[in-house]
Amino acid sequence: MAATRRGKPVGVAELEASPKELPGFYQDMLLIRRFEERAGQMYGMGLIGGFCHLYIGQEAVVVGMQAVLKDGDTIVTSYRDHGHMLACGMDPKGVMAELTGRRTGYSRGKGGSMHMFSREKNFFGGHGIVGAQVPIGTGLAFAHRYQDNGLICATYLGDGAINQGQVYESFNMAALWKLPIVYVIENNRYGMGTSVDRASARTDLFHRGMAYGIPGEQVDGMNVLAVHEAGLAAAEHTRSGQGPLILEMLTYRYRGHSMSDPAKYRTREEVDRVRTEHDPIEQARRRLIDGGTDEAVLKEIDAEVRKRVAEAAQFAQDSPEPDPAELWTDVLVDA
Amino acid sequence: MATEVLMPALSPTMTEGKIARWLKSEGDAVRSGDVLAEIETDKATMEIEAIDEGVLARIVVPEGTDHVAVNTPIAVISSDGEGASPRAPFTQLGNGQKRGPAQELRRERLPPPAPPASAPTLTSSAPTAEREYTGATRIMTVREALRDAIAEEMRRDDRVFLIGEEVAEYQGAYKVSQGLLQEFGIRRIIDTPITEQGFAGLGIGAGFAGLRPIVEFMTFNFAMQAIDQIINSASKTHYMSGGQMTCPIVFRGPNGIAARVAAQHSQCYASWYAHCPGLKVVVPYTGADHKGLLKSAIRDPNPVIFLEHELVYGENFAVPDDPEFLVPIGKARVARSGGHVTITAFSRMVKLALQAAEELEKVGISAEVIDLRSLRPFDTETVISSVRRTNRIVTLEEGWPFAGIGAEIAALIMEECFDWLDAPVRRVTSKDVPLPYAANLERLAVPQVDDIVAAAREVAYR
Repeated sequence: MAATRRGKPVGVAELEASPKELPGFYQDMLLIRRFEERAGQMYGMGLIGGFCHLYIGQEAVVVGMQAVLKDGDTIVTSYRDHGHMLACGMDPKGVMAELTGRRTGYSRGKGGSMHMFSREKNFFGGHGIVGAQVPIGTGLAFAHRYQDNGLICATYLGDGAINQGQVYESFNMAALWKLPIVYVIENNRYGMGTSVDRASARTDLFHRGMAYGIPGEQVDGMNVLAVHEAGLAAAEHTRSGQGPLILEMLTYRYRGHSMSDPAKYRTREEVDRVRTEHDPIEQARRRLIDGGTDEAVLKEIDAEVRKRVAEAAQFAQDSPEPDPAELWTDVLVDA
Repeated sequence: MATEVLMPALSPTMTEGKIARWLKSEGDAVRSGDVLAEIETDKATMEIEAIDEGVLARIVVPEGTDHVAVNTPIAVISSDGEGASPRAPFTQLGNGQKRGPAQELRRERLPPPAPPASAPTLTSSAPTAEREYTGATRIMTVREALRDAIAEEMRRDDRVFLIGEEVAEYQGAYKVSQGLLQEFGIRRIIDTPITEQGFAGLGIGAGFAGLRPIVEFMTFNFAMQAIDQIINSASKTHYMSGGQMTCPIVFRGPNGIAARVAAQHSQCYASWYAHCPGLKVVVPYTGADHKGLLKSAIRDPNPVIFLEHELVYGENFAVPDDPEFLVPIGKARVARSGGHVTITAFSRMVKLALQAAEELEKVGISAEVIDLRSLRPFDTETVISSVRRTNRIVTLEEGWPFAGIGAEIAALIMEECFDWLDAPVRRVTSKDVPLPYAANLERLAVPQVDDIVAAAREVAYR
């Protein structure tokens, strides 16, 4: 399979009959959007500390991809991870409580925004070092093959991580051993404040596996249906033993790199244009309405999502901080 | 319903800021994502966006106002067009002391200054020593003892596999994995490309997934390429996940100086790894300890750094045959008893310490040699009880002096044996230089038996 492009990269989506998955996608994307907005707000109120990287704008990527995974498939990503956790089915309460550093958080308040995990949902983090999750994901895929369990790993990385050497060490081993892994590059156009064209000699990143014979594909990452379609093909490819595959999702983050980023490296007009013309949630909403979905149904979804987020926020503020004794636990596993 | 817009904290350190400009006026409709205002912080000018939809009912803090404390209400948005409820004009600006309700709330919730929660000592209370082995032994080299340990554990547990450069077809760069490919095949004995960061990270991922990788570094010098993965991914994830994730993995290979391979291939990493919580660090010398400790390391649910030594691989020892012979991690071994001075050593330096003890015997000094075997957890009990008897200590290591293992032991002795000491702690280490190539310079740079003897005589004042 040669490197290809699928759909119009960040283009106006063609309208088509909405498939049966779309209402679910809409709801999942909306949950991430509202959750992240609330997280941003709570950061502003001083309830969340440290680094907090919001996923707003990129929701279609993780929602479309998650829908192609089977029970037991593994997921690993970087520090912009809230969306991935929600898409995996992790409880918004536990995620938000981790953001506020409370004992009811997924890491019992000891990991924070960038370091959360769920063995139950096969979410393997949540990693704070740019690119470090890529060999780890490759190891998850290695374990799938070692155990011959028919499962695959989805490893997410950004356009910033793509220039880390360990990414290519991973590509090489994954191709060499035909590991069951999909590398999902979330190209949101900026690695912190550096645009892709200032960081990468070639700006289309789906070619980056070429030296290892890894097929790559560029996908409109603002269109959840395009993501889903590309993801289905990729998952099938790698699950059938044909080795790794790269999906470059063209996407965009509306907010700064982290909460403390003034985002002076791009114009307000650029952000507004993407929001107005390519917003993944608005696209899905339009499709649903054009496909005959009653607006009242969408309002119900909105209300339900708002309620879940409000409950998560309340839970995260009401939960107590970790017991001081927690300082000393979980350093080592008792042998 | 009206929602207050609060002065946001736009960075982890921000406590106040200036409303530089309002981009919306009272009465304007706002949508989620619209920029409401520009805020100047000490670092940058940032925009704040609306989170809710509605009408900007009231601007509480006019533009140009400086020193607006975080969490101060600065505007009111009404979601269904009703006017904002009247409220007192905003008057408490400029003193930088006002704090919004959320922050006050947070302060109240802070726990009272906790009494220092009981810290498990950095060093552990030592585990029980292995039972004295009385079964059959065989004379074999350390490399064979390591090979047997790996093979026995691989027979016992299918999750155990060996991965690294030249471990399979080549039979190991130092022949440690000789014969393993033939017994276990390519699924479990895996040659990698030269790609340390990559295969270390891959091993960690496999460990997270429940396998039990043994990652061989051809030497620990090359593990510097992978040290981010070892520290940031392997050692911290159990803690960062609140105990959810475990990484049962062994990183092993030769450490320290070899013979005439110069600076980049000759370095002791013991203190580097021993510094880090979340790791176990093992530094054996004898054949039995290599075997028994490697088996314990493979069975351990934590990441273990297993530091071997090229110049020890060929040494012969009597090694227990029993596949259930284990040596507990975290327990030192008294390699030679004595009453006048304690010498601590690990890895190849144990051999030199024992030779030095022989020399010291000739001049009437009885040295007790402690083979530390593990550095993290560290067996404080054995070292302390020895020093409280001998009242003198010389530490020995192949690493550099500054912030080395000897420095750590010196601090321990200050804390625990101050009143027992008859002489200052003496450290014998490699010299504080990159290791030179020339034979004479190399010899000068690395601890020699004479150096140990001299140090011991110095603390014994004889």
